Amino acid sequence: MTHPAIEVRDLRKSFPKRKGLFRPKVSEEWALDGVSFEVASGETYGLLGPNGSGKSTLIRILSTLLIGDGGEVRLLGHSLPEEQAEVRRKIGRVSVDAAFYKKLSARENLLYTALLYGLKPGVAEKHAMEVLEQLGMEEKKFSVPLEEMSRGMQQKISIARALMIRPPLLLLDEPTTGLDPKSRRDVQAFLENLRAQEGTTILLTTHDMGEAERLCARIGFLAHGKLVAEGTAETLKREARAANLDDAFIKLAGEGLIDEEAESVLEEA
Amino acid sequence: MEKSMERTLRQTWAFMFRGYHLTRRYISWVIVFNFYALTTSATVALIGVAAKDYQLTLTLVVGALQWNFLSILYNEIAMSIGYERWEGTLEYTFMAPVSRVVHLAGVSFYALCNSIVNTTVVLLGLMLFTNLNLAGANLFGLFIVLLVSMLAFVGLGLMAAALPVMSPERGAEATHIFQGLLLLVSGVYYPVGVLPAWLQPLSRLSPATYTLSACRKLVGIGNPASTSQYLAGAPLSAVTTELAVLALMGAVLIPSGLWVFARVERWAKHTGKLKRTG
Repeated sequence: MTHPAIEVRDLRKSFPKRKGLFRPKVSEEWALDGVSFEVASGETYGLLGPNGSGKSTLIRILSTLLIGDGGEVRLLGHSLPEEQAEVRRKIGRVSVDAAFYKKLSARENLLYTALLYGLKPGVAEKHAMEVLEQLGMEEKKFSVPLEEMSRGMQQKISIARALMIRPPLLLLDEPTTGLDPKSRRDVQAFLENLRAQEGTTILLTTHDMGEAERLCARIGFLAHGKLVAEGTAETLKREARAANLDDAFIKLAGEGLIDEEAESVLEEA
Repeated sequence: MEKSMERTLRQTWAFMFRGYHLTRRYISWVIVFNFYALTTSATVALIGVAAKDYQLTLTLVVGALQWNFLSILYNEIAMSIGYERWEGTLEYTFMAPVSRVVHLAGVSFYALCNSIVNTTVVLLGLMLFTNLNLAGANLFGLFIVLLVSMLAFVGLGLMAAALPVMSPERGAEATHIFQGLLLLVSGVYYPVGVLPAWLQPLSRLSPATYTLSACRKLVGIGNPASTSQYLAGAPLSAVTTELAVLALMGAVLIPSGLWVFARVERWAKHTGKLKRTG
């Protein structure tokens, strides 16, 4: 029997929010309010929603960095948070900020990750170089400190880092945000190839409707911590009687993909 | 089993590898910190030289070396999480399939290497400022005492490392306050008897108190037979009480440090504090 790669059932997560300086009132704000969905093995699933909708909270729970308040999460047949050690060996993650030791070179950062995952450095380096070549990076850049690289190049190295371990499941949290059009196209083309050739399951969060439509077999709309609609891009447009995915999102979620920064504020509280 | 051991060794090495390359890239800061450690130690040791009192000079030199070694060890471990937050790599380290014991062991090994290098630099530097002659000191005994003391300081470092997980800024502040308290109550440059009576009980809780007491005996400080030409260092058997207390502290503090860290990590995962930045 094959399990879905991702199974999320009635997932809930709240953060306390304080109001007032001297006698603060603490209230619970729901970042995820009963979210349920499944992603089949080898599928690319897109999660769309404005900042504050719960996308990053969801990715952080799937990455074992956050524990939900209720509900069930299973990745590749392993339950979270109980089997987090098994899950960590099988997932790769790319976040919106390429988190590296900026003074170290790309090669040093990648070798550090390889060792951290217990991989043979030579083998891991070979995998990483293959990915970077496919993403159009020149080898001479590998010894340059990350702080001297553009954001696009840093993000490509971040993708190489996630794929170096050959994960069956890839969690991508807005991987193309802030990239120039050429880098964005490189990354998107690479992800298409990856799914086709390796059969990697991909969960992608993005603000970019075009990107979601191009890469994702199915898309979920997340608003105020709830999954308000789910289906193929065509189904969603048909359901909303909209000409494009942007309009479909506004009709089905009742709001646009506006940058509210609400989620980060919620977690800071 | 063999593969698992190989993986664990690679994971432990990852933190040494990272530390080495970060040290290389931040080499100017490393030189500055070593220079500062040397000048502050020399400033303290010269008080003994000015007083023309070899025993006092030795007391101050031993105190300075001990404090360099143990405080760097403690500080490197305690601040390891804070450094990761500043670099923005915390989430990636915590989602890697590396057990927290291996993670913290790797950090501790690197901290130990760092402490040894720094203390060697300070020792060599102090030789330029003082007429240091360690002939007759029980150097093997000093090595054993430092080895056992290290365990207790690693334990304290592990507990303190959990603080920046809870709050990056407040955690770092608390770590430094605690380090200052250790310096004050352990009698690094003076006998703990000169502390106010209400503060003296605290000195018994600090592992550094026992380390210093043992090292002074092993060097021959306070022994009337010691001269500036030849020190009458005590045998290892003379410091068994200090060694026993230090071993006990290490045996309690390391598991306690790991336990506290695990609890705080779980709390941080519930509250959303385990984030790249504060």
